[in-house]
Amino acid sequence: MKQYVGRAFTHRLFWPVAMLVALLAINVIAVPGFLVITVNAQGHLFGSVIDIVRNGAPTLIIAVGMTLVIATRGIDLSVGSVCAIAGAVACSIILGSPNPDDPVVVGIAVLAAIGLSLLMGLWNGFLVAVLGIQPIIATLILMTAGRGIAMLITEGNILTVESAPFKFLGSGFLLGIPVATIIGAVIITVAALLTRRTALGLLIESVGINPEASRQAGVRARGLLFTVYAFCAVLAAIAGLILTSNQTAADANNTGLFIELDAILAVVLGGTSLNGGRYSLAGTLVGALVIQTLVTTVYTVGIPPIATMVFKAAVVTAVCLLQSETTTAAFARWRRRSVARKPVTEAVVSQ
Amino acid sequence: MSAALAPASAFTRARHKVVDVFTSPKSGPVLVTAVLFVLIFLAGSLRYRGFFSGQVLLNLLIDNSYLIVLAIGMSFVILTGGIDLSVGAVVALSTIIAARLLQAGWNPVAVIAVILVATSTLGLLVGLMIHIFKVQPFIATLAAMFLARGLCYIIAKESISIDHPFFVAMANLRIPLGFGLSVSPSVVVALVALAIGAWVLQYTRFGRTTYAIGGGEQSGMLMGLPTSRTKVLVYVISGFCSGLAGVLYAFYTLSGYALTAVGTELDAIAAVVIGGTLLSGGYGFVVGSALGVLVLGLIQTIITFEGTLSSWWTKIFIGALLLVFIILQKVLTSRRT
Amino acid sequence: MPDSVKAPVPTQAPVVEMTDISISFPGVKALDGVDFRMFPGEVHSLMGENGAGKSTLIKALTGVYSVDSGLIRLGGEHVTFSEPAQAQAAGISTVYQEVNLLGNLTVAENVLLGREPRRFGGIDWRAMRRRAAEILEGLSLDVDPNSLLNSHSLAVQQLVAIARAIDIKAKVLILDEPTSSLDLEEVAELFRVIRSLKESGVAILFVSHFLDQVYEISDRLTVLRNGQLVGEYLTPELLRIDLVQAMIGKELATLDDLENKVHSGERDVAPTDGVAPFLVASGITRKGAIAPVDLVIGAGEVVGLAGLLGSGRTEVARLIGGVDRTDGGQLEVQGATIKLRTPRQAIKHRIAYSSENRRAEGIVDELSVRDNVILALQADRGWFRPIPRKRQDELAASYIEALNIKTPSADTPVRNLSGGNQQKVLLARWLAIAPRLLILDEPTRGIDVGAKAEIQKLVYSLAENGMSVLFISAELEEVLRLSNRIVVLRDRQKVADLLNDGLDVDDLLALIAEGVTEPEPVTGAAS
Repeated sequence: MKQYVGRAFTHRLFWPVAMLVALLAINVIAVPGFLVITVNAQGHLFGSVIDIVRNGAPTLIIAVGMTLVIATRGIDLSVGSVCAIAGAVACSIILGSPNPDDPVVVGIAVLAAIGLSLLMGLWNGFLVAVLGIQPIIATLILMTAGRGIAMLITEGNILTVESAPFKFLGSGFLLGIPVATIIGAVIITVAALLTRRTALGLLIESVGINPEASRQAGVRARGLLFTVYAFCAVLAAIAGLILTSNQTAADANNTGLFIELDAILAVVLGGTSLNGGRYSLAGTLVGALVIQTLVTTVYTVGIPPIATMVFKAAVVTAVCLLQSETTTAAFARWRRRSVARKPVTEAVVSQ
Repeated sequence: MSAALAPASAFTRARHKVVDVFTSPKSGPVLVTAVLFVLIFLAGSLRYRGFFSGQVLLNLLIDNSYLIVLAIGMSFVILTGGIDLSVGAVVALSTIIAARLLQAGWNPVAVIAVILVATSTLGLLVGLMIHIFKVQPFIATLAAMFLARGLCYIIAKESISIDHPFFVAMANLRIPLGFGLSVSPSVVVALVALAIGAWVLQYTRFGRTTYAIGGGEQSGMLMGLPTSRTKVLVYVISGFCSGLAGVLYAFYTLSGYALTAVGTELDAIAAVVIGGTLLSGGYGFVVGSALGVLVLGLIQTIITFEGTLSSWWTKIFIGALLLVFIILQKVLTSRRT
Repeated sequence: MPDSVKAPVPTQAPVVEMTDISISFPGVKALDGVDFRMFPGEVHSLMGENGAGKSTLIKALTGVYSVDSGLIRLGGEHVTFSEPAQAQAAGISTVYQEVNLLGNLTVAENVLLGREPRRFGGIDWRAMRRRAAEILEGLSLDVDPNSLLNSHSLAVQQLVAIARAIDIKAKVLILDEPTSSLDLEEVAELFRVIRSLKESGVAILFVSHFLDQVYEISDRLTVLRNGQLVGEYLTPELLRIDLVQAMIGKELATLDDLENKVHSGERDVAPTDGVAPFLVASGITRKGAIAPVDLVIGAGEVVGLAGLLGSGRTEVARLIGGVDRTDGGQLEVQGATIKLRTPRQAIKHRIAYSSENRRAEGIVDELSVRDNVILALQADRGWFRPIPRKRQDELAASYIEALNIKTPSADTPVRNLSGGNQQKVLLARWLAIAPRLLILDEPTRGIDVGAKAEIQKLVYSLAENGMSVLFISAELEEVLRLSNRIVVLRDRQKVADLLNDGLDVDDLLALIAEGVTEPEPVTGAAS
């Protein structure tokens, strides 16, 4: 038993899951019916938990792409800007068409947004893989210029769209479940299958852990980097479309603002190291849920919602400090010492 | 060397020297920035009436004095190979502390002291987190950013205007320079900060250790330099500069607002990079960073003068400039190794 | 073999005296009861192959590592250093192999930073430049103290590092492979500096792979092997061949044992005359690494590369494995000229290079045994054609069994395995791609005797089955036992190419030490 407890403690998902459970517990204490899910008149699921999985979807989607980028020792700061660009492209196409309610128009708009984002991702991949620029710097360029490009597309306006099919993306329900949640679930599943059922995950981790050994084993890092940055940008576009659809407006300045930080946070909370290597999409899922639950908790507990940021800071700090080498080493020392003392403690216990 | 050859070789030597200075990763990018600044200014002068004037240049300083101070702090951090994402939020926090404390009737000098101590302390905490717990600067300063923004909201949701006579005076006062030119007190503060920053980096062991950390922390340590202390201190300096920039920003806007200066950290980083500081650390000058701020300001001025050119082009131009400078740095540093 | 201290005790007291030093790392005893001493005004060479414990001993002396047991005396006084700064303050300065200076700062700063002259509370740059110029002039080094360090060649950087070390007024100066990147003139320059330092009474610890240089400059030698002291000698009294033998050693105790394990029957590494060449390298070279070399490897032939560390043995292997690019020369595989730019291209030609640097360039430590085994094969297939999980398990299981890899399961991260088992995992990775030529760079270093024997046995049977092997090892017995043909390298040049027909260790030792062929005829494989 003790052994299992010990193993649970050292499991990489222990702290994030513990944090999620703690947050949920706080909510349940504050609002006893927190976990209750009801079905409303339209047959839609309804409840705080549903809100969490719906509103957390965009962050989760981007965090999935970010996980793979980070696994290669990279980072993508440009996802927020890509969100804004995708939203701007889609809205301007829909607004430009005579019939915004036509699903075909919306389909074209979505595809165009995703296609443009793919190019953005390839651009990031080019800077990182071919020119060899540090990822944080390479993606900073698009992060800065991207908002300008989005404004160029919207011509500086906030584009409000009234399009039923487009609105469906962000706030619709399918079989009672929010569409955004379904998209998020599909994406994380596809990403998991794509990387774990093919050799993509293995090669990404291998490059992230030991680039030189991977090179000598014949792994082509360049192609992998292009793939992960392109993938990340496409996911950012999808998240951007959901956000835009939810707000029924493309706002070049504010769509996806700071979402890169939330996404990176979700990845780090999920136990994937910013130094690259082994990644965990399950961890990222937990991380994204922790972030969204945190936001919800602030509401339910009655703390002014504006304090969310302070709590995010506390969570980031706590998890980073718990995961840091220094703490791990201190824990290990402490454990060794307690092992050394073990005979005594056991004697006490057996009495 | 024979005398007959001397003039020719002196010329070639001079030419080589110029080529050397421009292709050195140390001085190359900052010189390119200086040339760029002059070119943009001349282009603007040719194109727009009333552009070629001392006051246009001085207005650049007046409008961007807080950004210069931010860029100074950011330069210290980036020289060590780190990054500080919290500066924008700390500026906002400073303005809001100022507005709230002045509202409560505090003495402005005490207010400024409180702000500088608070932001330096925040920088110290970030530095310790990075040094002792080996948290990446990116994440540690991200946490500080969340904290600062959150504290802003807790102190005041709404914008608070500042009407304390001292702040109003600082906002409106113009120090005449003759020939009808004038600058604001903030410009003086920024230039003094710039001079101090430049002196510290060039003439103190702390400053040289800052460069040493960017060049190779391990080597610096083996050479017996105080790398650990320095690594923490650069974040304290960045925190202090953010606080000071916040005070200048409060002079400039005469208000405190939680949502102000969003994304300013990006402007500061961009200015530092365009000013010729290598983002991976080790090369760069604070004077370059100030020049970077002026280039950004100049682009903005041109876009204002152009009138038809929309403001979003600023961001695209900045992005393009970043790209050019990053590639330039890449080329200059890879040539050397 | 001379195991006792032969050198006569000089009249002077030693400046450094290390007694019975032991240092252990997890799983390795890096130093085992080593004694070491240095006298003022002498150049003392520390000799040994990879893993001998040279760098551990240096790091113990310079305070980078703390010792588990043993005493360090400096000038007769007992000292303990817990960080490099303390050792420096006590007068021990070190110039490391990788120049540990700051390329982004000026030469003057690199010489003086930490002791910079000051004025008005700040650094006095003019005085600093002047002082640096004086010191550099003392070394006859003509560089602008105001220039950036990384605008100079490695040789100059090395001398700047020495200038810094000298200015500290060191009692002991440690030069760890200072000559590895210098050309002949620069070495002469360095030696001039060393001699003048020596005259001023500094004790200099000199580490180099070049025997000529060791004999030229040093007064005394200490030889380490496998973390133990072999002996201390006066340089002029020690024959080169004895030195090489002391460094490489003969593991007499384990030799018979190995012999039995490797060959159950009669050993049969008959010279393979007239086999079709699989790979022909003509004049392949890389600047600063290896002079142009010709090499022929026949199909099913085991070619041994013998030579000391730094002789160019690894460098040749890396060129053939596509890990480093050649600056010249030509490679032919089965008659067709090929160009290798990446290891991936080598793998496409079924050439596999197994690095000597198992941790940094071999295993991917966080990944499981199975993932490490399939990595090269999977990379070759591309990510969209995954090896089915069942096949992965089969591959892993079969190699775990065939190579006797001791691991709890195929899912265990490879970092949890012992060195020998990690090496076997690496071998399995390369065998999985069914190479035609397998380049093994020190596959048996730092692993236990049992695993060593198994790897040797494996090489033997692979060649039996038609695979070509280029085998590199510091242990000459091993090279002799396995190779059909042996190529000897010395100081980055090929000095001999011999059929393994009646050769013995002493023949190889003679070639490695002197580079001149004694009774054995030098025969190219093609002849």
